[in-house]
Amino acid sequence: MSVRKKSADPKGVLTGVHYLDGDYAIAEGALAAGCRFFAGYPITPSTETAERFAERIPLVGGVFIQMEDEIASIAALIGASWAGVKSMTVTSGPGFSLMMENIGLACMMEVPIVIANVQRGGPSTGLPTLTGQGDMMQVRWGSHGDYEIIALSPDSPQECFDLTIKAFNLSEMYRVPVFIMTDECVGHMHEKVVIPPAEEIEIIERKWYEGPKDKYLPYKPDVDLVPFMVKAGDGYRFHTTGLTHDERGYPVINAECQDWCVRHICDKIRLNADKIIEYREDETDTAEIVVVSYGITSRVAWKAIQDARKAGIKVGSLRLITVWPFPEKKIEELAGKIKAFVVPEINLGQIKREVERAAKGKAPVYPVSHCGGWVHDPNDILKVIKEAAK
Amino acid sequence: MIYFGELKAKKGLIHINKDRCKGCGFCVEYCPRDVLEMSEEFNIKGYHPPRVVNPDNCCYCQLCEAICPEFAIFVTLREEEEREREKEISRP
Amino acid sequence: MKPEDRLEEKHPMEEFLRMDRMPHIWCSGCGIGIVVTSFIEALQKSGLDPDKVCVVSGIGCTGRVAGYLRLDSFHTTHGRPIPFATGLKLANPELKVVVFSGDGDIVGIGGNHFIHAARRNMDLVVICVNNFNYAMTGGQVAATTPIGANLSTAPYGNFEYPFNLPYLAEACGATYVARWTCLHIRRVTKSIQEALQKRGFSFIEVITPCVTLYARRNRLGDGLNLLRYYYENSEIRHGADTRTLDIAYQGKIIVGKFVDIEKPTFLDCMNNHLRKVLGNKYQPWGVKS
Repeated sequence: MSVRKKSADPKGVLTGVHYLDGDYAIAEGALAAGCRFFAGYPITPSTETAERFAERIPLVGGVFIQMEDEIASIAALIGASWAGVKSMTVTSGPGFSLMMENIGLACMMEVPIVIANVQRGGPSTGLPTLTGQGDMMQVRWGSHGDYEIIALSPDSPQECFDLTIKAFNLSEMYRVPVFIMTDECVGHMHEKVVIPPAEEIEIIERKWYEGPKDKYLPYKPDVDLVPFMVKAGDGYRFHTTGLTHDERGYPVINAECQDWCVRHICDKIRLNADKIIEYREDETDTAEIVVVSYGITSRVAWKAIQDARKAGIKVGSLRLITVWPFPEKKIEELAGKIKAFVVPEINLGQIKREVERAAKGKAPVYPVSHCGGWVHDPNDILKVIKEAAK
Repeated sequence: MIYFGELKAKKGLIHINKDRCKGCGFCVEYCPRDVLEMSEEFNIKGYHPPRVVNPDNCCYCQLCEAICPEFAIFVTLREEEEREREKEISRP
Repeated sequence: MKPEDRLEEKHPMEEFLRMDRMPHIWCSGCGIGIVVTSFIEALQKSGLDPDKVCVVSGIGCTGRVAGYLRLDSFHTTHGRPIPFATGLKLANPELKVVVFSGDGDIVGIGGNHFIHAARRNMDLVVICVNNFNYAMTGGQVAATTPIGANLSTAPYGNFEYPFNLPYLAEACGATYVARWTCLHIRRVTKSIQEALQKRGFSFIEVITPCVTLYARRNRLGDGLNLLRYYYENSEIRHGADTRTLDIAYQGKIIVGKFVDIEKPTFLDCMNNHLRKVLGNKYQPWGVKS
């Protein structure tokens, strides 16, 4: 059994206290996590990550390539991952839409890659330079067919750094594309980012196969439902395809194989959801109202929560770190105890639908919706909290 | 057989995988020595595989092997001893 | 014991084929199998370590090649084998990456990726099997279909100008450009061998018959008729001006090796330039020190 957990390669870790914006922090987090391949395309507001990578990677050792479009970027990532190198890209709404077909390919081929979506006002060209959180459903359902992904939502440049490392670890652990869903506000916000020494950063490697070459089955799930991986050039002579395939990786076009194949890529995440889901709770056990928020909105909501507490309302906060897989069990548990949920987000109620679904009618859900362009006014969230408390 | 000093013309032995053949006819058409012809029999998929009609004509050019799209035909070199043995058997 | 089980009945190329998936799906008279045979022959002759050779295919009839070759093979999405191969090659420069796909996949939907990979002189070998249509989906018109040909989405005949692939490849900066028909088996093998042993973006177009779709819809006969057409109409002109290589419907096909130059690859350029600018601080990638 190869060593899967190890500390970060010091070459990529810029240890120290820095003043960085979210985009730069993502680049630093990726380099610290061992990412040595970046293929991207410039798109506001994510371009800074690509620029930082282009500057830093020649000094660390790796490849930065600006591809001709986002589709090429993500195809290159999947190829690089099969060569054994951790790879990532960044984009925003329009580029994210272009990447969807190959995201499906990454799920089908079970390839670890990391994609950061610095969300902006949508749909279409929308508000290129202003914030939004309108891609939260797209990240989960954007590609065709049934599949599962993991999506994280940082609320500050420090969290951009930390969650990028976590994203790489999760993608390697589960052989699945992991998304970092920031937004223009966090991406362009400059704050203190503390980068610890390399020995203190835990990195997880993918499960390398070490058995006999002729007995290797590329898609045979292990006990944790994740198959062992190899890389091109090591003599395993494996085949992998986007077609529905069996354990050998060969395409098999019938309903039984489809059932096996698709259930496997979904179960891999669904049955491990408890190990993946992460959130931050504050006073939820005594709360009457719980504010469910993520990303930049959670910082604005925090002010509203403080004000509501001063006004005497028992408000708790559930800040989602992993938005997908969605913490259904936690929401259902809270729904049985509290009066109502308040879900502020910079979209017309995307995660609010999930909260409603998970609450199963036990508690009403009040959205605080906002189409994008700026963050909420905390008073708007406060108003809805007060209304929910009535 | 013409000998130029020690030189001898090569002879080939044709191996046909009848069930893999799809009856395209390329090997028959492009054999420079008319060694093959399409047979009348059917293989497992209903195609007519080729048949060796002039085995002694085969000069080991391997063109049939190179042009077959199905990996259904290949040629091996008939060894010198085998040919000598054949000559011995056929000697009266 | 079945005749095929006897050792001498093993086809000499079986170690490069996934025999558990044979016979392959290509039609009777289809030329893709011939190109695969030529490729395996070239691979054997080139002396490359087969463990380090990767094959990337897209979607389509030719896209199925990856599934039948016993090498590290990848069957990717439609039009995207070239950027996939780019990622694979750049992440591990020791690999020899071959893109083996069809005309619709490489220059139709994948056109943008093709021109940029050629521009960057990415170290890839691109074998484009050109059967003048989108065969897998039932014979639709493609970017390479000659004017006048009848196909399912051009039922009254194609009126669009087709691509001249060697011209396109040369214009984009490919360092090795050749065109053959699948009938020129030994020359295809030699071209692939030269491309495998060369660094830079190599493009080999191989014109093959499509019996079930292109030939049937245009009443051109079967594989033998199309091969006879190639025999009678192809002319070898090495080094010809790629601007003159258009193919009219059932017209003359000029084949040969048109471009064979040396130019630094993407990684060469990257390493040389960054070393010059950054000096000792630069960490080279893919350079054997």
